[in-house]
Amino acid sequence: MTTTTLAVLVPLLPFLGAAAGLLLGRTAPGFVRPLAVLPPLASLVLAALVAVRQGGGPAVDAHTELTPTGSVPVELALHIDGFAALVAILVAFVASCVQIYSTGYLRDDPRYPSYAALVSLFTSAMLLVVYSGDLIVLLVGWEVMGICSYFLVGHYWETPEARAASLKAFLVTKLGDVPFLIGLFALATDAGSFRVTRVLGTVASGGLHHPTVVALLLLAGVAGKSAQFPLHTWLPDAMAGPTPVSALIHAATMVAAGVYFVARLLPVFEASGAAMLVLAVMAAVTMTGSGLAALAQDDIKRVLAYSTVGQLGYMTGALAVGDRGAAVFHLLSHGAFKALLFLAAGVVIHAAGTNSLAALSRMRGLRDRVPDAYWTMTVALLALAAIPPFSGFFSKESVLGAAEHAAGGHTAHVPGAAGLLVLVAGLVTAVLTAAYATRLWLLAFHGRGAEAPDHGRQPLTMTVVLWVLAIPSLAFGGLAYRTLPGWFDGRTLTPTALTSVLGTGLAVVGGLLTYGVWQRTTRNLVSTPLGAVAAHPGADAGRVEAEAIATHTPAYGDIARAPDPADPGRVLLGPLHRHAAAGFHLDAVYSALFVRPVRAGASLVRFLDREVVDTYVGAAAALPRLLGAAVRRAQTGNVQTYVSALLAGTVVLAVAVVLVATGA
Amino acid sequence: MHLVYPAVLSALLFCTGLYGVLARRNAILVLMSVELMLNAVNLNLVAFDVWLSRAARDTLHSGQALTLFTIAIAAAEIGIGLAIVLAVYRNRGTSDIDKLRDTAERPDGAEPGPAAAEKTEATA
Repeated sequence: MTTTTLAVLVPLLPFLGAAAGLLLGRTAPGFVRPLAVLPPLASLVLAALVAVRQGGGPAVDAHTELTPTGSVPVELALHIDGFAALVAILVAFVASCVQIYSTGYLRDDPRYPSYAALVSLFTSAMLLVVYSGDLIVLLVGWEVMGICSYFLVGHYWETPEARAASLKAFLVTKLGDVPFLIGLFALATDAGSFRVTRVLGTVASGGLHHPTVVALLLLAGVAGKSAQFPLHTWLPDAMAGPTPVSALIHAATMVAAGVYFVARLLPVFEASGAAMLVLAVMAAVTMTGSGLAALAQDDIKRVLAYSTVGQLGYMTGALAVGDRGAAVFHLLSHGAFKALLFLAAGVVIHAAGTNSLAALSRMRGLRDRVPDAYWTMTVALLALAAIPPFSGFFSKESVLGAAEHAAGGHTAHVPGAAGLLVLVAGLVTAVLTAAYATRLWLLAFHGRGAEAPDHGRQPLTMTVVLWVLAIPSLAFGGLAYRTLPGWFDGRTLTPTALTSVLGTGLAVVGGLLTYGVWQRTTRNLVSTPLGAVAAHPGADAGRVEAEAIATHTPAYGDIARAPDPADPGRVLLGPLHRHAAAGFHLDAVYSALFVRPVRAGASLVRFLDREVVDTYVGAAAALPRLLGAAVRRAQTGNVQTYVSALLAGTVVLAVAVVLVATGA
Repeated sequence: MHLVYPAVLSALLFCTGLYGVLARRNAILVLMSVELMLNAVNLNLVAFDVWLSRAARDTLHSGQALTLFTIAIAAAEIGIGLAIVLAVYRNRGTSDIDKLRDTAERPDGAEPGPAAAEKTEATA
């Protein structure tokens, strides 16, 4: 088979799996699990084959016209360069892991068939985005991901949190997608084609008329999808979905799509210095803000969600300094360790029956209950905190190195200020990342108090996946940083001495600081008992998690934080803690800016409809009703009365006719 | 014979029938009154047919033909009518027209259930 055929099959197989899963889910339950697991695995193999054949050489391009449109043509096009080939492997790899994990995690879930099919569809859409060489086809995958995330985040739709979160995820990403669509049209109008290669060619020859406007419009969609400030608010709330879905959204699909899109069209952004500066500011605010917010969250998954936002900030930061190699490098290594973090968190939530760090910190011996999750999560957290030699270190240092290079003004098209901003924010975030990673590790696994509940061993499908993901979290960065430049733009990704020492030093400082504070605050543990545990600890993991999410607000008064004086984050953040836990009140701002005006408008329309329009309608109905009531009285049911009336009428008519005829 | 005699007779018959239809309670008597009205019309038809055939040389005798039609139809009608009355009597134990008021308009929303039907029968 040619490389093109293989590449077409990569997104097609999960799509067919999804279609078959949706059709057969009820009639043939035995096929659901194979149909869920096999297509992503096959895609993984095919994506690896495609990558081997492409080999980092010149991009593979193929296209066929879909239909004549009369103006700018829409084409089914493939554009596989080194970025696409490697990202596709990551997507298929994480999707396979998630599907295998889900068979254990949602073992007894009645909605598992549709869930698995939607995950497959999600994967297929992301693979389409990755391989597509046509912006409209890319947009199709982009939007399919949006609707899939809506369905999957709302998987536990019995809980109000999940319903609200799925709606929020959909609406916020759509808020960005509208400008995104306009930006795509503007881009295609200038280039005369939606093909990526033609667009890039136009940009290279300076044919783009308004690069700043186009780049900013596209950036809105990217901010929505990749959860960048100010459109990141959907991501922490999306934790109301099942953990494997969080892993999929955060590691491989959805949020990666935005970064990947910018990486693919980086020359468009580079054509405008203002856009690069906006990108840098966005990245810097996102990074530091999410780091602070992560330090204050109580829900273990919300900590990870904010950490994703922060790591995506690193990626956009790398793009802002013009180094897409570093961005995609961090995307790849982050995909592995973030998927691992989420899946391990799912195991922890299942074992402990709670998602609250405050409750976890009052449990002794949880790490002996789930040793697999403990060790793999330790690896992943070290990678997240960028401690050498874990993979996160190399990718993060490549970002910081690129920022330092740009800060000196050595990178073309990039303002020096952008580089400096990303560098400073990146270093500050390194401290914060290490701090919240340490806090998470200490609170989750080194609790003191009552013995952790014992619910038996975790399903094998869940624990094996953790170890599979631990390998790239541990070794990918170190093994790949020398070979990857050949696949990307050729720019070196080797850590530079200065940023390495600075970054690692700051990470160690952050970690040690948290450890010191934790040792002091942990004395308060005994004095304030806290904790709520799921009602059905023996049930499958999905149910335990749904109950944990549903009980967090009733138990602690808030979805994001708990009144826990033994939390080191509370001491570290000081007065900032309350605001950080609420995500710096961005939701309140949105509520004041958008939600309340819309609600006011809705109540105005309601008033106009109910009180004004309905008054006329009601009055118009009242008169016939009154007349009807009068006429109804004549309906006595006595036939003879009717006949009498008939007779009287006839007589009157006859008399009238006679009078008229005689001319009286 | 002058035309006025049968005309006056038929008018009297018609009025008697009309009075019976409007005033009698028993459904059978009402039906009989309807027969009276029909026969008044028949009488008119025959009388005018004779008068026309004399005065206007009408040889078709359409009045008499129509009378035969009317008699046939009246026979069928009385058969059906009596059958209905019989059915109503068997069903309700009465053939009193005043008490057959199921089609009366009731206040809004009240379904003509058995209780309501009994109540109207009692008040009627």
